[in-house]
Amino acid sequence: MPTIVVDVMPKAELLDPQGKAVSGALTRLGVSGFSDVRIGKRFELTVDRVDETTLETARRIAEEILSNSVIEDVVGIEVVE
Amino acid sequence: MTARVGVITFPGSLDDRDAQRAVRLAGAEPVPLWHGSHDLDGVDALVLPGGFSYGDYLRAGAIAALAPIMSEVKDAAAKGMPILGICNGFQMLVEAHLLPGGLIRNAHQQFIRRDQRLVVENADTAWTSGFEAGQEIVIPLKNADGGFTCSDETLRRIEGEGLVAFRYRGVNPNGSLDDIAGLTNERGNVVGLMPHPEHAVELGFGPQTPAAMRSGTDGLTFFTSAVAAVVATAV
Repeated sequence: MPTIVVDVMPKAELLDPQGKAVSGALTRLGVSGFSDVRIGKRFELTVDRVDETTLETARRIAEEILSNSVIEDVVGIEVVE
Repeated sequence: MTARVGVITFPGSLDDRDAQRAVRLAGAEPVPLWHGSHDLDGVDALVLPGGFSYGDYLRAGAIAALAPIMSEVKDAAAKGMPILGICNGFQMLVEAHLLPGGLIRNAHQQFIRRDQRLVVENADTAWTSGFEAGQEIVIPLKNADGGFTCSDETLRRIEGEGLVAFRYRGVNPNGSLDDIAGLTNERGNVVGLMPHPEHAVELGFGPQTPAAMRSGTDGLTFFTSAVAAVVATAV
């Protein structure tokens, strides 16, 4: 079955407390060269078929339900067979 | 008349019975309502209670904001009905776009529970009219996703139009912008806040005060204010 993958990230300008916590852990472990960590969400939507109507619906629910545009951005919508 | 105040229970609501008790102590009749219904049972005011609806999946309050009864809640809000969102209920009101901004994970990543000092910034709402502007109150706070955030433009509008209903005093417990603890809409009928007024309504069961253990009842004024607003409208 084809899958539509939607990626959502916290807005770049807003504090990401989860990413900050992981970033702090990496620093404590002595991992260098990784200056920042941000944590987002990946949604895998299984669909019967991929056509323009399905993609349009996926884009709509990504913007209106899967993300909250006040605090998050949809950064990717792609089809994975 | 006796005001009838609906309290909506969602899957994962925790403080719905506490909210009903607060309504009763304020002299009104609590009316239990169910998220899956489209019937507000003719209530005069509404409380969206605290808890972890749908396990806070997706985003806190996000799935509850899409519940069947929320279409009636939005209609009632537009008609001016007093609606109070407490904690998870505040998150629902924000997700339903009845109040501006968003609520994210506390800046320190921890769940927090404390007796919290607040300043009443706006005493002209249906839920705050019994307070004086600038009055300090103490009610319990308990949440993990209480960090209020929004764009700079929205923040300017919120501050400029006096939509900040409550601000944290002493300690900002979660990293909220401008120490914002609660908001009102322009009309003053829809109010949401992270701290819990329904847990500060009866002597012996409230937050600590300098006077005596658990003697804080500042939360009761939220409910008596709304009852007064309903009665005034009915006359």
